[in-house]
Amino acid sequence: MELLIMQLALFVLSLFLGVELITKVPPTLHTPLMSGTNAISGITLVGAVLAAGAGEASTLVHVLGFVAVVMATLNVIGGYLVTNRMLAMFKRRD
Amino acid sequence: MNDSIVSLVYLAAAVLFVLGIKGLTKPKTAVRGNTLSATGMLVAVVITLLDRNIVSFEYIVAGMITGAILGGLMATRVQMTSMPQMVALLNGCGGGASLGLASASYLLAMEGSGYTSDIMGTLAVSFVMFTVLIGAVTMSGSLVAYAKLQELISGQGIGFAGMKFLNAAIFIAAIALLVMLCMNPGNTPLFWTLIALAIVLGLTLVLPIGGADMPVVIALLNSYSGIAAAAAGFILGNTVLIVTGSLVGASGLILTNIMCVAMNRSLTNVLFGVMAEGSEAIDADEIYGGKVKSAGAEEVAMILETARRVVIVPGFGMAMAQAQHAVRELADVMEGRGIEVEYAIHPVAGRMPGHMNVLLAEAEVPYDKMVEMDRINPTFDQTDVAIVIGANDVTNPMAREDKGSPIYGMPILNVDKANTVVVIKRSMSPGFAGLPNPLFAMDNCLMVFGDGKKAVIDITANLDLA
Repeated sequence: MELLIMQLALFVLSLFLGVELITKVPPTLHTPLMSGTNAISGITLVGAVLAAGAGEASTLVHVLGFVAVVMATLNVIGGYLVTNRMLAMFKRRD
Repeated sequence: MNDSIVSLVYLAAAVLFVLGIKGLTKPKTAVRGNTLSATGMLVAVVITLLDRNIVSFEYIVAGMITGAILGGLMATRVQMTSMPQMVALLNGCGGGASLGLASASYLLAMEGSGYTSDIMGTLAVSFVMFTVLIGAVTMSGSLVAYAKLQELISGQGIGFAGMKFLNAAIFIAAIALLVMLCMNPGNTPLFWTLIALAIVLGLTLVLPIGGADMPVVIALLNSYSGIAAAAAGFILGNTVLIVTGSLVGASGLILTNIMCVAMNRSLTNVLFGVMAEGSEAIDADEIYGGKVKSAGAEEVAMILETARRVVIVPGFGMAMAQAQHAVRELADVMEGRGIEVEYAIHPVAGRMPGHMNVLLAEAEVPYDKMVEMDRINPTFDQTDVAIVIGANDVTNPMAREDKGSPIYGMPILNVDKANTVVVIKRSMSPGFAGLPNPLFAMDNCLMVFGDGKKAVIDITANLDLA
Protein backbone atom coordinates (compact mmCIF):
# COMPACT_ATOMS: atom_id res chain seq x y z
CA MET A 1 0.00 0.00 0.00
CA GLU A 2 2.84 2.38 0.93
CA LEU A 3 4.46 1.67 -2.40
CA LEU A 4 1.21 2.45 -4.18
CA ILE A 5 0.90 5.81 -2.41
CA MET A 6 4.46 6.60 -3.48
CA GLN A 7 3.59 5.75 -7.07
CA LEU A 8 0.49 7.91 -6.88
CA ALA A 9 2.61 10.81 -5.59
CA LEU A 10 5.00 10.27 -8.48
CA PHE A 11 2.07 10.32 -10.91
CA VAL A 12 0.63 13.56 -9.56
CA LEU A 13 3.99 15.34 -9.36
CA SER A 14 4.84 14.28 -12.91
CA LEU A 15 1.52 15.72 -14.09
CA PHE A 16 2.48 19.09 -12.60
CA LEU A 17 5.97 18.85 -14.06
CA GLY A 18 4.41 18.06 -17.45
CA VAL A 19 2.13 21.08 -17.27
CA GLU A 20 5.06 23.37 -16.34
CA LEU A 21 7.23 21.99 -19.14
CA ILE A 22 4.68 21.87 -21.92
CA THR A 23 3.26 25.37 -21.42
CA LYS A 24 6.72 26.68 -22.32
CA VAL A 25 6.74 24.96 -25.72
CA PRO A 26 6.01 27.56 -28.44
CA PRO A 27 3.02 26.93 -30.78
CA THR A 28 5.44 26.60 -33.71
CA LEU A 29 6.68 23.34 -32.25
CA HIS A 30 3.31 21.88 -31.24
CA THR A 31 3.25 19.23 -33.98
CA PRO A 32 6.75 17.90 -33.20
CA LEU A 33 5.80 18.11 -29.52
CA MET A 34 2.87 15.78 -30.16
CA SER A 35 4.87 13.28 -32.20
CA GLY A 36 7.75 13.52 -29.73
CA THR A 37 5.62 12.88 -26.65
CA ASN A 38 3.97 10.15 -28.66
CA ALA A 39 7.32 8.46 -29.09
CA ILE A 40 7.89 8.82 -25.36
CA SER A 41 4.56 7.15 -24.61
CA GLY A 42 5.99 4.19 -26.53
CA ILE A 43 7.72 3.50 -23.20
CA THR A 44 4.95 0.90 -22.85
CA LEU A 45 7.50 -1.15 -24.80
CA VAL A 46 9.18 -1.76 -21.45
CA GLY A 47 6.03 -3.42 -20.12
CA ALA A 48 5.25 -5.13 -23.42
CA VAL A 49 8.67 -6.77 -23.48
CA LEU A 50 8.07 -8.20 -20.02
CA ALA A 51 4.72 -9.63 -21.13
CA ALA A 52 6.02 -11.06 -24.41
CA GLY A 53 9.01 -12.69 -22.77
CA ALA A 54 7.20 -14.17 -19.77
CA GLY A 55 8.25 -17.72 -18.97
CA GLU A 56 5.37 -20.10 -18.32
CA ALA A 57 2.51 -18.58 -20.21
CA SER A 58 0.01 -19.61 -22.86
CA THR A 59 0.40 -18.76 -26.53
CA LEU A 60 -2.38 -16.18 -26.17
CA VAL A 61 -0.35 -14.23 -23.60
CA HIS A 62 2.68 -14.37 -25.85
CA VAL A 63 0.71 -13.25 -28.88
CA LEU A 64 -0.82 -10.33 -26.97
CA GLY A 65 2.66 -9.44 -25.74
CA PHE A 66 3.95 -9.68 -29.30
CA VAL A 67 1.22 -7.35 -30.60
CA ALA A 68 2.01 -4.90 -27.79
CA VAL A 69 5.73 -5.03 -28.67
CA VAL A 70 5.00 -4.37 -32.36
CA MET A 71 2.75 -1.39 -31.61
CA ALA A 72 5.04 0.10 -28.97
CA THR A 73 8.13 -0.26 -31.16
CA LEU A 74 6.26 1.32 -34.06
CA ASN A 75 5.31 4.14 -31.73
CA VAL A 76 8.91 4.62 -30.54
CA ILE A 77 10.76 4.30 -33.85
CA GLY A 78 8.11 6.07 -35.96
CA GLY A 79 7.63 8.80 -33.39
CA TYR A 80 11.31 9.66 -32.90
CA LEU A 81 12.17 9.49 -36.61
CA VAL A 82 9.30 11.66 -37.74
CA THR A 83 9.93 14.16 -34.95
CA ASN A 84 13.57 14.34 -35.93
CA ARG A 85 12.58 14.90 -39.57
CA MET A 86 10.33 17.80 -38.63
CA LEU A 87 12.74 19.39 -36.19
CA ALA A 88 15.57 19.24 -38.70
CA MET A 89 13.43 21.43 -40.98
CA PHE A 90 13.00 24.03 -38.27
CA LYS A 91 16.71 24.10 -37.62
CA ARG A 92 17.80 24.43 -41.23
CA ARG A 93 17.95 28.18 -41.49
CA ASP A 94 19.77 29.01 -38.29
CA MET B 1 20.07 -7.70 -12.67
CA ASN B 2 19.58 -6.09 -9.29
CA ASP B 3 16.16 -4.40 -8.92
CA SER B 4 17.67 -1.24 -7.44
CA ILE B 5 19.98 -0.82 -10.42
CA VAL B 6 17.05 -1.26 -12.77
CA SER B 7 15.10 1.39 -10.86
CA LEU B 8 18.03 3.80 -10.98
CA VAL B 9 18.39 3.32 -14.72
CA TYR B 10 14.66 3.97 -15.11
CA LEU B 11 15.14 7.17 -13.14
CA ALA B 12 17.94 8.21 -15.51
CA ALA B 13 15.65 7.48 -18.46
CA ALA B 14 12.88 9.62 -16.93
CA VAL B 15 15.35 12.48 -16.44
CA LEU B 16 16.38 12.20 -20.09
CA PHE B 17 12.71 12.39 -21.15
CA VAL B 18 12.18 15.53 -19.09
CA LEU B 19 15.34 17.14 -20.52
CA GLY B 20 14.18 16.07 -23.96
CA ILE B 21 10.85 17.84 -23.61
CA LYS B 22 12.63 20.85 -22.15
CA GLY B 23 14.74 20.96 -25.32
CA LEU B 24 11.53 21.28 -27.31
CA THR B 25 10.86 24.71 -25.81
CA LYS B 26 13.24 26.30 -28.33
CA PRO B 27 13.62 25.44 -32.03
CA LYS B 28 17.40 25.59 -31.68
CA THR B 29 17.65 22.98 -28.94
CA ALA B 30 14.76 20.84 -30.17
CA VAL B 31 16.76 18.32 -32.22
CA ARG B 32 19.12 17.74 -29.30
CA GLY B 33 16.11 17.35 -27.00
CA ASN B 34 14.63 14.70 -29.23
CA THR B 35 17.94 12.83 -29.30
CA LEU B 36 18.18 12.96 -25.50
CA SER B 37 14.69 11.58 -25.18
CA ALA B 38 15.47 8.79 -27.69
CA THR B 39 18.58 7.93 -25.68
CA GLY B 40 16.43 7.66 -22.55
CA MET B 41 14.17 5.24 -24.42
CA LEU B 42 17.10 3.11 -25.56
CA VAL B 43 18.53 2.91 -22.04
CA ALA B 44 15.14 1.96 -20.55
CA VAL B 45 14.51 -0.75 -23.13
CA VAL B 46 18.00 -2.25 -22.90
CA ILE B 47 17.91 -2.52 -19.12
CA THR B 48 14.47 -4.15 -19.32
CA LEU B 49 15.77 -6.75 -21.78
CA LEU B 50 18.31 -7.79 -19.15
CA ASP B 51 15.48 -8.56 -16.71
CA ARG B 52 15.74 -12.08 -15.31
CA ASN B 53 11.98 -12.65 -15.72
CA ILE B 54 12.38 -12.68 -19.46
CA VAL B 55 13.06 -16.20 -20.62
CA SER B 56 11.86 -16.32 -24.21
CA PHE B 57 13.13 -13.75 -26.66
CA GLU B 58 11.60 -14.95 -29.93
CA TYR B 59 8.36 -12.95 -29.59
CA ILE B 60 10.25 -9.87 -28.45
CA VAL B 61 12.76 -9.91 -31.29
CA ALA B 62 10.11 -10.63 -33.91
CA GLY B 63 7.88 -7.87 -32.52
CA MET B 64 10.65 -5.30 -32.34
CA ILE B 65 11.83 -5.98 -35.88
CA THR B 66 8.28 -5.78 -37.26
CA GLY B 67 7.52 -2.59 -35.36
CA ALA B 68 10.82 -0.96 -36.27
CA ILE B 69 10.38 -1.68 -39.99
CA LEU B 70 6.78 -0.42 -40.04
CA GLY B 71 7.60 2.67 -37.95
CA GLY B 72 10.72 3.46 -39.96
CA LEU B 73 8.90 3.17 -43.27
CA MET B 74 6.01 5.33 -42.11
CA ALA B 75 8.23 8.01 -40.61
CA THR B 76 10.46 8.38 -43.65
CA ARG B 77 7.72 8.18 -46.29
CA VAL B 78 4.96 10.33 -44.78
CA GLN B 79 4.32 13.70 -46.40
CA MET B 80 4.32 16.75 -44.16
CA THR B 81 0.72 17.50 -45.16
CA SER B 82 -0.27 14.07 -43.83
CA MET B 83 1.30 14.61 -40.43
CA PRO B 84 -2.07 14.71 -38.59
CA GLN B 85 -2.89 11.21 -39.88
CA MET B 86 0.54 9.98 -38.86
CA VAL B 87 0.15 11.31 -35.33
CA ALA B 88 -3.34 9.81 -35.12
CA LEU B 89 -1.93 6.44 -36.12
CA LEU B 90 0.90 6.70 -33.59
CA ASN B 91 -1.61 7.60 -30.87
CA GLY B 92 -3.60 4.52 -31.83
CA CYS B 93 -0.49 2.34 -31.55
CA GLY B 94 0.22 3.78 -28.11
CA GLY B 95 -3.30 2.90 -26.98
CA GLY B 96 -3.09 -0.53 -28.61
CA ALA B 97 0.22 -1.30 -26.92
CA SER B 98 -1.24 -0.46 -23.50
CA LEU B 99 -4.30 -2.59 -24.29
CA GLY B 100 -2.15 -5.53 -25.38
CA LEU B 101 0.12 -5.31 -22.39
CA ALA B 102 -2.76 -5.01 -19.91
CA SER B 103 -4.58 -7.98 -21.47
CA ALA B 104 -1.43 -10.09 -21.44
CA SER B 105 -0.79 -9.22 -17.81
CA TYR B 106 -4.40 -10.09 -16.85
CA LEU B 107 -4.33 -13.46 -18.64
CA LEU B 108 -0.94 -14.22 -17.16
CA ALA B 109 -2.37 -13.66 -13.68
CA MET B 110 -5.40 -15.85 -14.50
CA GLU B 111 -3.14 -18.66 -15.68
CA GLY B 112 -1.11 -18.31 -12.51
CA SER B 113 -2.45 -17.83 -9.02
CA GLY B 114 -4.97 -15.12 -9.94
CA TYR B 115 -5.53 -11.94 -7.99
CA THR B 116 -5.71 -11.85 -4.21
CA SER B 117 -9.10 -10.99 -2.75
CA ASP B 118 -7.79 -8.23 -0.47
CA ILE B 119 -7.72 -4.52 -1.30
CA MET B 120 -4.36 -4.77 -3.12
CA GLY B 121 -5.70 -7.48 -5.40
CA THR B 122 -8.80 -5.45 -6.19
CA LEU B 123 -6.67 -2.38 -6.92
CA ALA B 124 -4.43 -4.43 -9.20
CA VAL B 125 -7.45 -5.63 -11.19
CA SER B 126 -8.88 -2.13 -11.36
CA PHE B 127 -5.62 -0.83 -12.88
CA VAL B 128 -5.73 -3.56 -15.51
CA MET B 129 -9.36 -2.85 -16.38
CA PHE B 130 -8.83 0.91 -16.49
CA THR B 131 -5.83 0.47 -18.81
CA VAL B 132 -7.84 -1.86 -21.03
CA LEU B 133 -10.71 0.63 -21.21
CA ILE B 134 -8.67 3.71 -22.02
CA GLY B 135 -6.21 1.83 -24.25
CA ALA B 136 -8.99 0.37 -26.38
CA VAL B 137 -10.83 3.69 -26.66
CA THR B 138 -7.59 5.39 -27.70
CA MET B 139 -6.84 2.70 -30.27
CA SER B 140 -10.22 2.58 -32.03
CA GLY B 141 -10.81 6.33 -31.69
CA SER B 142 -7.45 7.08 -33.26
CA LEU B 143 -8.13 4.71 -36.13
CA VAL B 144 -11.38 6.57 -36.87
CA ALA B 145 -9.52 9.89 -36.69
CA TYR B 146 -6.92 8.46 -39.07
CA ALA B 147 -9.58 7.24 -41.51
CA LYS B 148 -11.25 10.66 -41.46
CA LEU B 149 -8.02 12.60 -42.00
CA GLN B 150 -6.86 10.21 -44.72
CA GLU B 151 -10.35 10.63 -46.26
CA LEU B 152 -11.03 6.91 -46.19
CA ILE B 153 -14.36 7.89 -44.67
CA SER B 154 -16.22 11.19 -44.80
CA GLY B 155 -14.52 13.97 -42.88
CA GLN B 156 -17.91 15.30 -41.81
CA GLY B 157 -19.48 14.24 -38.55
CA ILE B 158 -21.21 10.88 -38.94
CA GLY B 159 -23.98 10.11 -36.52
CA PHE B 160 -27.54 10.74 -35.48
CA ALA B 161 -29.31 13.04 -33.06
CA GLY B 162 -29.27 10.69 -30.07
CA MET B 163 -25.64 9.67 -30.50
CA LYS B 164 -24.57 11.19 -27.20
CA PHE B 165 -27.12 9.07 -25.34
CA LEU B 166 -25.74 5.96 -27.02
CA ASN B 167 -22.21 7.00 -26.02
CA ALA B 168 -23.32 7.64 -22.45
CA ALA B 169 -25.03 4.23 -22.35
CA ILE B 170 -21.93 2.43 -23.64
CA PHE B 171 -19.74 4.33 -21.21
CA ILE B 172 -21.94 3.45 -18.22
CA ALA B 173 -22.07 -0.19 -19.33
CA ALA B 174 -18.27 -0.27 -19.61
CA ILE B 175 -17.87 1.19 -16.12
CA ALA B 176 -20.35 -1.34 -14.78
CA LEU B 177 -18.34 -4.18 -16.34
CA LEU B 178 -15.18 -2.69 -14.89
CA VAL B 179 -16.67 -2.72 -11.39
CA MET B 180 -18.01 -6.28 -11.82
CA LEU B 181 -14.58 -7.45 -12.93
CA CYS B 182 -12.98 -5.85 -9.89
CA MET B 183 -15.33 -7.83 -7.67
CA ASN B 184 -14.95 -11.04 -9.65
CA PRO B 185 -11.65 -10.95 -11.56
CA GLY B 186 -11.93 -14.57 -12.75
CA ASN B 187 -14.80 -13.88 -15.15
CA THR B 188 -12.85 -13.84 -18.43
CA PRO B 189 -15.89 -13.61 -20.78
CA LEU B 190 -16.75 -10.36 -19.01
CA PHE B 191 -13.19 -9.18 -19.68
CA TRP B 192 -13.51 -9.74 -23.42
CA THR B 193 -16.87 -7.97 -23.39
CA LEU B 194 -15.25 -4.97 -21.73
CA ILE B 195 -12.61 -4.80 -24.49
CA ALA B 196 -15.30 -5.04 -27.20
CA LEU B 197 -17.41 -2.32 -25.55
CA ALA B 198 -14.39 -0.03 -25.19
CA ILE B 199 -13.50 -0.46 -28.86
CA VAL B 200 -17.06 0.39 -29.88
CA LEU B 201 -16.99 3.41 -27.56
CA GLY B 202 -13.86 4.74 -29.29
CA LEU B 203 -15.63 4.46 -32.64
CA THR B 204 -18.87 6.12 -31.57
CA LEU B 205 -17.02 8.90 -29.74
CA VAL B 206 -14.95 10.03 -32.74
CA LEU B 207 -17.30 9.28 -35.66
CA PRO B 208 -19.64 12.26 -34.98
CA ILE B 209 -16.75 14.75 -34.82
CA GLY B 210 -16.17 16.79 -37.96
CA GLY B 211 -12.97 17.70 -39.80
CA ALA B 212 -12.15 21.11 -38.36
CA ASP B 213 -12.53 19.80 -34.81
CA MET B 214 -9.83 17.21 -35.45
CA PRO B 215 -7.07 19.24 -33.74
CA VAL B 216 -8.94 18.83 -30.46
CA VAL B 217 -9.55 15.12 -30.99
CA ILE B 218 -5.94 14.38 -31.88
CA ALA B 219 -4.65 16.31 -28.89
CA LEU B 220 -7.12 14.52 -26.62
CA LEU B 221 -6.23 11.07 -27.96
CA ASN B 222 -2.57 12.00 -27.47
CA SER B 223 -3.39 12.66 -23.85
CA TYR B 224 -5.30 9.35 -23.54
CA SER B 225 -2.36 7.39 -24.92
CA GLY B 226 -0.22 8.91 -22.17
CA ILE B 227 -2.75 8.18 -19.45
CA ALA B 228 -3.03 4.60 -20.71
CA ALA B 229 0.75 4.24 -20.42
CA ALA B 230 0.69 5.64 -16.87
CA ALA B 231 -2.12 3.24 -15.94
CA ALA B 232 -0.07 0.38 -17.37
CA GLY B 233 2.74 1.60 -15.13
CA PHE B 234 0.51 1.09 -12.10
CA ILE B 235 -0.21 -2.49 -13.22
CA LEU B 236 3.47 -3.35 -13.40
CA GLY B 237 4.57 -1.08 -10.56
CA ASN B 238 6.94 0.44 -13.09
CA THR B 239 7.99 4.00 -12.22
CA VAL B 240 9.32 5.03 -15.63
CA LEU B 241 5.96 4.18 -17.20
CA ILE B 242 4.11 6.20 -14.56
CA VAL B 243 6.31 9.28 -14.93
CA THR B 244 6.42 9.38 -18.72
CA GLY B 245 2.77 8.45 -19.10
CA SER B 246 1.69 11.36 -16.94
CA LEU B 247 4.06 13.75 -18.78
CA VAL B 248 2.44 12.78 -22.08
CA GLY B 249 -1.02 12.91 -20.55
CA ALA B 250 -0.39 16.45 -19.33
CA SER B 251 0.99 17.50 -22.70
CA GLY B 252 -2.10 16.28 -24.54
CA LEU B 253 -4.44 17.94 -22.06
CA ILE B 254 -2.71 21.31 -22.42
CA LEU B 255 -2.85 21.15 -26.21
CA THR B 256 -6.51 20.13 -26.04
CA ASN B 257 -7.22 23.15 -23.89
CA ILE B 258 -5.31 25.52 -26.20
CA MET B 259 -7.31 24.23 -29.18
CA CYS B 260 -10.64 24.62 -27.38
CA VAL B 261 -9.83 28.18 -26.30
CA ALA B 262 -8.82 29.03 -29.87
CA MET B 263 -12.24 27.91 -31.07
CA ASN B 264 -14.10 29.42 -28.14
CA ARG B 265 -15.77 26.09 -27.57
CA SER B 266 -15.87 23.84 -24.56
CA LEU B 267 -14.45 20.35 -24.71
CA THR B 268 -17.90 18.82 -24.22
CA ASN B 269 -19.19 20.85 -27.17
CA VAL B 270 -16.47 19.53 -29.42
CA LEU B 271 -16.83 15.96 -28.20
CA PHE B 272 -20.56 15.92 -28.72
CA GLY B 273 -20.35 17.70 -32.05
CA VAL B 274 -22.47 20.62 -30.92
CA MET B 275 -22.12 24.00 -32.61
CA ALA B 276 -23.59 26.98 -30.79
CA GLU B 277 -26.97 27.95 -32.16
CA GLY B 278 -27.23 31.18 -34.12
CA SER B 279 -30.11 33.48 -33.22
CA GLU B 280 -31.37 33.43 -36.78
CA ALA B 281 -30.45 31.76 -40.02
CA ILE B 282 -27.94 33.87 -41.92
CA ASP B 283 -28.62 34.34 -45.59
CA ALA B 284 -25.42 34.17 -47.61
CA ASP B 285 -26.94 36.09 -50.56
CA GLU B 286 -27.88 38.98 -48.28
CA ILE B 287 -24.28 39.32 -47.14
CA TYR B 288 -22.58 38.75 -50.45
CA GLY B 289 -25.27 40.28 -52.75
CA GLY B 290 -23.23 41.80 -55.59
CA LYS B 291 -20.56 43.10 -53.24
CA VAL B 292 -17.94 40.39 -53.80
CA LYS B 293 -15.14 41.48 -56.13
CA SER B 294 -13.00 38.95 -57.86
CA ALA B 295 -9.55 39.69 -59.20
CA GLY B 296 -6.94 38.00 -61.37
CA ALA B 297 -3.29 37.30 -60.68
CA GLU B 298 -2.19 40.41 -62.61
CA GLU B 299 -4.30 42.74 -60.52
CA VAL B 300 -3.02 41.22 -57.27
CA ALA B 301 0.57 41.49 -58.48
CA MET B 302 0.00 45.18 -59.19
CA ILE B 303 -1.24 45.78 -55.66
CA LEU B 304 1.71 43.85 -54.19
CA GLU B 305 4.15 45.91 -56.25
CA THR B 306 3.50 48.98 -54.14
CA ALA B 307 3.12 47.19 -50.80
CA ARG B 308 5.63 47.56 -47.99
CA ARG B 309 4.29 44.97 -45.57
CA VAL B 310 2.42 41.76 -46.47
CA VAL B 311 0.99 39.15 -44.10
CA ILE B 312 0.24 35.66 -45.39
CA VAL B 313 -2.54 33.77 -43.61
CA PRO B 314 -2.41 30.02 -44.35
CA GLY B 315 -5.21 27.56 -43.59
CA PHE B 316 -6.09 23.96 -44.24
CA GLY B 317 -6.66 24.83 -47.92
CA MET B 318 -2.94 25.50 -48.29
CA ALA B 319 -2.21 21.99 -47.06
CA MET B 320 -4.85 20.51 -49.38
CA ALA B 321 -3.37 22.31 -52.40
CA GLN B 322 0.22 21.45 -51.32
CA ALA B 323 0.87 25.15 -51.90
CA GLN B 324 3.46 25.75 -49.15
CA HIS B 325 6.44 25.80 -51.53
CA ALA B 326 4.64 28.11 -53.96
CA VAL B 327 3.80 30.42 -51.07
CA ARG B 328 7.44 30.52 -49.98
CA GLU B 329 8.50 31.40 -53.54
CA LEU B 330 5.99 34.25 -53.63
CA ALA B 331 7.39 35.48 -50.31
CA ASP B 332 10.93 35.27 -51.70
CA VAL B 333 10.01 37.40 -54.71
CA MET B 334 8.29 39.94 -52.46
CA GLU B 335 11.24 40.06 -50.06
CA GLY B 336 13.51 40.50 -53.05
CA ARG B 337 11.57 43.68 -53.77
CA GLY B 338 12.07 44.91 -50.21
CA ILE B 339 8.61 43.97 -48.95
CA GLU B 340 8.38 42.82 -45.32
CA VAL B 341 6.63 39.42 -45.23
CA GLU B 342 5.25 37.59 -42.19
CA TYR B 343 2.94 34.60 -41.68
CA ALA B 344 -0.03 34.77 -39.34
CA ILE B 345 -0.73 31.43 -37.68
CA HIS B 346 -4.10 30.81 -36.02
CA PRO B 347 -3.87 28.06 -33.36
CA VAL B 348 -6.50 25.90 -35.06
CA ALA B 349 -5.43 26.48 -38.66
CA GLY B 350 -5.03 23.05 -40.24
CA ARG B 351 -5.89 19.71 -38.74
CA MET B 352 -3.60 19.54 -35.71
CA PRO B 353 -1.75 21.92 -33.38
CA GLY B 354 1.21 23.46 -35.23
CA HIS B 355 0.22 21.90 -38.59
CA MET B 356 0.83 25.11 -40.58
CA ASN B 357 4.21 25.71 -38.95
CA VAL B 358 5.45 22.29 -40.00
CA LEU B 359 4.31 22.82 -43.59
CA LEU B 360 5.97 26.23 -43.78
CA ALA B 361 9.12 24.87 -42.17
CA GLU B 362 9.16 22.18 -44.85
CA ALA B 363 9.15 24.97 -47.43
CA GLU B 364 12.11 26.50 -45.58
CA VAL B 365 10.25 29.44 -44.11
CA PRO B 366 12.28 30.57 -41.08
CA TYR B 367 10.33 30.00 -37.85
CA ASP B 368 10.69 33.59 -36.65
CA LYS B 369 8.51 34.67 -39.60
CA MET B 370 5.62 32.55 -38.32
CA VAL B 371 3.81 34.81 -35.89
CA GLU B 372 1.16 33.76 -33.39
CA MET B 373 -2.29 35.29 -33.48
CA ASP B 374 -1.95 37.51 -30.40
CA ARG B 375 1.27 39.06 -31.60
CA ILE B 376 0.30 39.61 -35.24
CA ASN B 377 -3.23 40.94 -34.72
CA PRO B 378 -2.13 44.46 -33.65
CA THR B 379 0.02 44.74 -36.80
CA PHE B 380 -2.76 44.33 -39.38
CA ASP B 381 -3.43 48.10 -39.11
CA GLN B 382 0.00 48.74 -40.61
CA THR B 383 -0.24 45.94 -43.15
CA ASP B 384 -0.72 46.84 -46.81
CA VAL B 385 -1.86 43.44 -48.03
CA ALA B 386 -3.08 40.35 -46.18
CA ILE B 387 -3.08 37.24 -48.36
CA VAL B 388 -5.49 34.60 -47.04
CA ILE B 389 -4.86 31.21 -48.59
CA GLY B 390 -7.21 28.37 -47.77
CA ALA B 391 -8.39 29.82 -44.48
CA ASN B 392 -11.97 30.89 -43.83
CA ASP B 393 -13.63 30.69 -40.40
CA VAL B 394 -10.52 31.96 -38.59
CA THR B 395 -10.83 35.27 -40.50
CA ASN B 396 -14.60 35.69 -40.16
CA PRO B 397 -15.33 39.13 -38.60
CA MET B 398 -18.72 37.83 -37.40
CA ALA B 399 -16.81 36.17 -34.56
CA ARG B 400 -15.86 39.64 -33.38
CA GLU B 401 -18.93 41.68 -34.18
CA ASP B 402 -22.08 39.63 -34.55
CA LYS B 403 -23.34 38.64 -31.10
CA GLY B 404 -25.98 36.36 -32.62
CA SER B 405 -23.45 34.40 -34.63
CA PRO B 406 -22.62 30.83 -33.59
CA ILE B 407 -18.91 31.63 -33.72
CA TYR B 408 -19.21 34.87 -31.72
CA GLY B 409 -16.32 35.15 -29.28
CA MET B 410 -13.93 32.91 -31.18
CA PRO B 411 -10.57 34.69 -31.48
CA ILE B 412 -9.85 35.47 -35.13
CA LEU B 413 -7.08 36.96 -37.24
CA ASN B 414 -8.10 40.57 -37.93
CA VAL B 415 -7.14 40.47 -41.61
CA ASP B 416 -9.94 42.91 -42.47
CA LYS B 417 -7.91 45.68 -40.78
CA ALA B 418 -5.29 45.44 -43.52
CA ASN B 419 -5.44 47.93 -46.39
CA THR B 420 -6.22 45.21 -48.89
CA VAL B 421 -7.21 41.60 -48.27
CA VAL B 422 -6.62 39.04 -50.99
CA VAL B 423 -8.50 35.80 -50.43
CA ILE B 424 -7.38 32.82 -52.50
CA LYS B 425 -10.17 30.27 -52.46
CA ARG B 426 -11.76 27.68 -54.71
CA SER B 427 -15.30 29.03 -54.47
CA MET B 428 -17.63 30.97 -52.19
CA SER B 429 -18.46 27.79 -50.23
CA PRO B 430 -18.58 28.26 -46.46
CA GLY B 431 -15.96 26.89 -44.08
CA PHE B 432 -16.50 24.23 -41.43
CA ALA B 433 -18.79 26.45 -39.36
CA GLY B 434 -21.15 26.59 -42.39
CA LEU B 435 -21.36 30.37 -42.18
CA PRO B 436 -20.98 33.03 -44.86
CA ASN B 437 -17.94 35.23 -44.30
CA PRO B 438 -18.73 38.99 -44.45
CA LEU B 439 -15.01 39.58 -45.03
CA PHE B 440 -15.47 38.50 -48.66
CA ALA B 441 -17.99 41.31 -49.25
CA MET B 442 -15.88 44.08 -47.72
CA ASP B 443 -14.69 47.00 -49.81
CA ASN B 444 -11.03 46.20 -49.24
CA CYS B 445 -11.35 42.50 -50.11
CA LEU B 446 -10.48 40.86 -53.42
CA MET B 447 -11.28 37.22 -54.18
CA VAL B 448 -8.96 35.16 -56.33
CA PHE B 449 -10.86 32.02 -57.30
CA GLY B 450 -9.02 28.85 -58.21
CA ASP B 451 -6.57 26.23 -57.03
CA GLY B 452 -4.40 27.70 -54.26
CA LYS B 453 -1.09 26.53 -55.66
CA LYS B 454 -1.79 27.67 -59.23
CA ALA B 455 -3.11 31.05 -58.08
CA VAL B 456 0.00 31.71 -55.98
CA ILE B 457 2.32 30.67 -58.82
CA ASP B 458 0.47 33.00 -61.22
CA ILE B 459 0.75 35.93 -58.82
CA THR B 460 4.46 35.21 -58.33
CA ALA B 461 5.05 35.10 -62.09
CA ASN B 462 3.25 38.41 -62.61
CA LEU B 463 5.07 40.08 -59.76
CA ASP B 464 8.40 38.80 -61.03
CA LEU B 465 7.73 40.42 -64.43
CA ALA B 466 6.69 43.76 -62.97
